[in-house]
Amino acid sequence: MSSTVKKIKKTSMLKKLKKITFEQPIWLFILLCVIGFSFSSEYFFDLNNFKNILVQTSTIGLIALGLTLVMINGNIDLSVGAIVALSACLAVDLQADFGMFPAIIIGLISGVVLGALNGLIVWKTGVDAFIVTLGAMIGIRGLVFVYTEEQSFFANDFAFSDMGSSSIAGIPTLALILVGFAILVHFILAYTIHGRNTYAVGGNRQASIDAGIRVGPNIVINFAICGFLAALAGVTLSSQMGAATPNLGRDFELWAITAVVLGGTKLTGGVGSIVGTFGGVIAIGILRNGMNLLQVPSFYVLVIMGVILITVLFFDRQVNMRLEKEVGR
Amino acid sequence: MSNLDHNQSIDIEPTESIESTESTKGQVILRLENITKCFPPSVIALDNVSLNIKKGEVHALVGENGAGKSTLMKVLAGIHQANSGTIELDGNIIKLNGPMDAKKQGLLLIHQELSLVADMTVAENIYLGNLPKRWPNIVNNKVLYTNVDKILARLKCNFNAKDKVSSLSIAMKHMVEIARALVFTPKIVIFDEPTASLTDTEKFVLFDVINDLKKDGVAIVYISHRMDEIFSLSDRITVLRDGCYRDTVNTQETDEDKLTQMMIGRSLDGNCKSAMGELGDIALEVKDLSCHGRFENINFTLRKGEVLGMYGLVGAGRTEIAETLFGIRPQTSGQIFLDSELVNITSPADAVANGIALVPENRKEQGLVLGMNCRDNITMSILNKLDHMGVLRHKDELAIYNKYESELAIKTPSWSQKVGNLSGGNQQKVVIGKWLATHPKVLILDEPTRGIDVGSKSEIHKLIRKLAQQGGYAILVISSEMPEVLGVSDRILALFDGKINGEFTDQEVTEDKLVKAISFDNSKMNK
Repeated sequence: MSSTVKKIKKTSMLKKLKKITFEQPIWLFILLCVIGFSFSSEYFFDLNNFKNILVQTSTIGLIALGLTLVMINGNIDLSVGAIVALSACLAVDLQADFGMFPAIIIGLISGVVLGALNGLIVWKTGVDAFIVTLGAMIGIRGLVFVYTEEQSFFANDFAFSDMGSSSIAGIPTLALILVGFAILVHFILAYTIHGRNTYAVGGNRQASIDAGIRVGPNIVINFAICGFLAALAGVTLSSQMGAATPNLGRDFELWAITAVVLGGTKLTGGVGSIVGTFGGVIAIGILRNGMNLLQVPSFYVLVIMGVILITVLFFDRQVNMRLEKEVGR
Repeated sequence: MSNLDHNQSIDIEPTESIESTESTKGQVILRLENITKCFPPSVIALDNVSLNIKKGEVHALVGENGAGKSTLMKVLAGIHQANSGTIELDGNIIKLNGPMDAKKQGLLLIHQELSLVADMTVAENIYLGNLPKRWPNIVNNKVLYTNVDKILARLKCNFNAKDKVSSLSIAMKHMVEIARALVFTPKIVIFDEPTASLTDTEKFVLFDVINDLKKDGVAIVYISHRMDEIFSLSDRITVLRDGCYRDTVNTQETDEDKLTQMMIGRSLDGNCKSAMGELGDIALEVKDLSCHGRFENINFTLRKGEVLGMYGLVGAGRTEIAETLFGIRPQTSGQIFLDSELVNITSPADAVANGIALVPENRKEQGLVLGMNCRDNITMSILNKLDHMGVLRHKDELAIYNKYESELAIKTPSWSQKVGNLSGGNQQKVVIGKWLATHPKVLILDEPTRGIDVGSKSEIHKLIRKLAQQGGYAILVISSEMPEVLGVSDRILALFDGKINGEFTDQEVTEDKLVKAISFDNSKMNK
């Protein structure tokens, strides 16, 4: 009796494991990377290094969290990199006039407002989010240059740059911020009405409208959250550096999209999760960190990252196709 | 190289072809022998159908929905391969390897649904997949446009080869579809319900084209539900019923009554009305509802516990009425009363709030989020009632799901199964469950069994009856399948061209009356 129970338990465990690897192959990839790098570099498998990875990826990570919402919603936000620069510049420059915390809050608000504006334009005009946020990306970057007059700002308040390197209970503050917001956004997606509607709108917009879901506000809120997290990433990044430059955050939107897509979110919307995105972020962090430790020249790192992105998504597709066949539709 | 001949030049000289065909007119060009087509596991769509078609005739093909007309045509166009039987063209037995092969042999199907690329020109669409090219591999625009100009002139089209398809009217787009057929040398052109989306004037243009083709010795196969068109156009009529060949008659020697008799001629089965339920108060009353160009002055009432069937051809305005009641399509005039109170419905959200639910015609595109699981789909429209400060109460959600899973007998391994993986019948039950969860007063089902296999169909029908009789819902069933309408309805409205053209109670309705009511304008008929 008990042996059969055990067997069933074992098979269901196996099934669960299979399911996880099928749904989020990125975690399997991370496992392979960790094993690989641990054997090839003596510095890799170390608690401090792992903390380091979390800090290094916190900027891209925060952006990717917000972007996950927008992409599950069936949209995309390319303006996040520019928002990083704007909020960083505001948060650093305004410290002299208003004090540190008000300056940070103004920086964050700028992200929320611009994000909501993106969403509002997408909703009201019906123009594709790719185009709207492409325009926003260019325009906001221009605003940053207007505001900074091509100058860099330095934080005079040491408390600000201390925050970037501080720790709470032995864990870097920036890592805590990333993990904390990951849990929060995961909660929103998995447990709230807003989250459920986000999936529904991205999965089938017409069915959502017919079901009485208010599609427009749903989209705007997601863009606003995305803008907020991008602005937060700007603040944390500038606190790491103790400074803000107008070129901050260039290409960040592309890295964030890479992380989100690696995590299994579909560009067409309706599918995705924060657990997956977090995996994507960690995967990028580990790859960068590991190859750095192995002293791979940085240009080759880019080549390898590009290849890996396509390979992982290729396997993802193969696995999904096989899954569909297994279910036998 | 030889099959690319048409790329180089098209020889369209009607005078020549008339001379050559005059003598051979009436000769059999296509002979079908014992065509059988099965769709596994258990559907026999065509059962030993034999048929011959003569040169220069318009051969009408009639039968109810599901009689096998479309399948037969798809076999002829090379889309389906017959399981057994032979096709003989011009005296030679041929085998069709796919649609392109059929086209090259001269068998051309004009699709009912338009399949054009909107942002390309007329000429590019006509030659799509088959563009004339010159060395090394570039599109030969000169040949393309001169050929297309010739074809358009032959069809007497009033648009140019270089026009964008997106700028054309629906009728013009149909002409483009027909023009596609003329790229090849057509021997047989098959029209599948070509007039469903055309206006009256556009229809006559189409009929002219058909008559021209006929003069050139091309055989026309014409599928339609509309009796008036069949009688004015065709030379001979073949009747199919339940996948079997019934008879071929000369059009002059028959009339509508005889024809409908032949089309129906089977016992009424699938009736799932055990007993008439007690009817309650009037739940829905529609007064003079109109939507410009779609339907006019629709009046009807629907009682609690009643199933009202709405039957009509494609384009008669059935779906449009449902969409208007549900707030998707704006009404131009008229009033809607729910529980004798006047309501103003301008959006689906209004409709849901007022207790109207619509199970749409196309469940995959409009009804379900295929990537979400069963539970999430069912609770989708009532999430606002299931939260505690914005956080969903999973227990309550699951309780609601379980209720409808057992009530509707949804067969799924678990609530977490993705809806996209369920069978059509179970998907439809999930959509129904989603709307029952909103506690509607009126439930509208548009083509509730489209694309669902026979077994699940009767299950859905029983479910509809149960919901009306035990649940007390007022149900409006829209369908283009006669057995379905007859099987589930307490009362039937027949629609013709956007008007109610007859109302029948369950006792007085016959298939005969119903076919007439949807095929002829009542005002022109003396009953």
